[in-house]
Amino acid sequence: MDIAEELLKGNRLALSRAITAIENEYDEATDIMKKLYPHTGHAYVLGITGPPGAGKSTLSDKIAREYRAQGKTVGIIAVDPTSPFTGGAILGDRIRMNGLTLDEGVFIRSMGTRGSLGGLSHKTADAVKAMDAFGKDIIIVETVGVGQSEVDIVKAADTTMVVLIPGMGDDIQAIKAGILEIGDLYCINKSDLDGADKLVREINMMLDLDSLMTDWRPPITKVVASQNEGIAELLGTVDKHRTYIEGNGELAKRRTKRTRDEMLDILSSNIGSYIKSKIVDSGRLDGYVEQIKQHKTDPYTVIGEVMGEMLK
Amino acid sequence: MEKKIRVLVAKPGLDGHDRGAKVVARALRDAGFEVIYTGLRQTPEQIAEAALQEDVNVVAMSILSGAHGHLFPKVVDLLHKNGMNDVLIIGGGVIPEGDIPALKEAGVAEVFTPGTPTGDVVKFINEHVKL
Repeated sequence: MDIAEELLKGNRLALSRAITAIENEYDEATDIMKKLYPHTGHAYVLGITGPPGAGKSTLSDKIAREYRAQGKTVGIIAVDPTSPFTGGAILGDRIRMNGLTLDEGVFIRSMGTRGSLGGLSHKTADAVKAMDAFGKDIIIVETVGVGQSEVDIVKAADTTMVVLIPGMGDDIQAIKAGILEIGDLYCINKSDLDGADKLVREINMMLDLDSLMTDWRPPITKVVASQNEGIAELLGTVDKHRTYIEGNGELAKRRTKRTRDEMLDILSSNIGSYIKSKIVDSGRLDGYVEQIKQHKTDPYTVIGEVMGEMLK
Repeated sequence: MEKKIRVLVAKPGLDGHDRGAKVVARALRDAGFEVIYTGLRQTPEQIAEAALQEDVNVVAMSILSGAHGHLFPKVVDLLHKNGMNDVLIIGGGVIPEGDIPALKEAGVAEVFTPGTPTGDVVKFINEHVKL
């Protein structure tokens, strides 16, 4: 089947196959993306990030239901970590979303990080485009459970939501750099637990001290996702943020930056793999390594020579 | 170009025992597969739809409730209706030897009963999966 054509007609298996081609970097993936690209740019991308066990998948499930109730179609990309040792992964986010499986207006895809360290996989952005071209109104991208510095979601999402739970550390954690800086919105999940109000105060303090703050002050919403409490209010803040960035040109700016970043990523990855294939397949790499080991030359000189030769 | 084997591990029907499925899921992970774990009490329709959305190469189902004779063939049927004709379908659980030929007839490639070393499952998948 012509995957791109079928996808554009609304064939779910074609969407699924397209994402596989993208993820596995099949030769036809580039052609698929070329055909899909003109049909992208309509979906709104909501990024959800936060530490492991914060409830991101449960929250994605509840948010998707709320959007469905509003009549919108939803795509969900849920990323879980790939083992650095075996390359295997347990992708277990779906288990929180089983109630959505049979809703034809929802399409859920799990992805392993496959070596990427920023909280997403290298191919997440292209998978988003496939769902966008398929016609999803809202695409939720759920990152792996993050620590402090996996902030790639900011590049992929129009609105980024940081999900936190009470009891994960004191206020000094809240003024560190990293994921706590990236939220357009903050969601305090499991807010029926002790410490929720304290956490709200700490985030507020962090925001009070934010010298880079625009006139958008990220709202903090307390929810209990498993009980479906606070979800409508939370989505209200997403809509508000969307209206805000659509109105002041920030959304356009974010998307321009994304296109630029993607161009540069594809460029460096293509040039990198071209040169790698040339020096690895020809066996030249082993020769260089041997020479460098014996201190007859150094990596910088070798790379200079290789680049000069390949890119003239 | 990297073809990664993707496996859906599911528990169809009314059966609350998922220890075996989790052990198998973990073994498949350690074999380098991407395992999509959907957990307990799935209907055949949910399993077939999840398999489609995840574009898996293998559907592995565990049943200890005795309803394998109904549920396994139903999933096979739905997967084929979805256009997923190449997917390798395997089953496991407390399944009487006498029931296995009929399950294979229905399209289940292999049935693994209690005591099977997890390595056998991995080996079977590697030998029979269509990528």
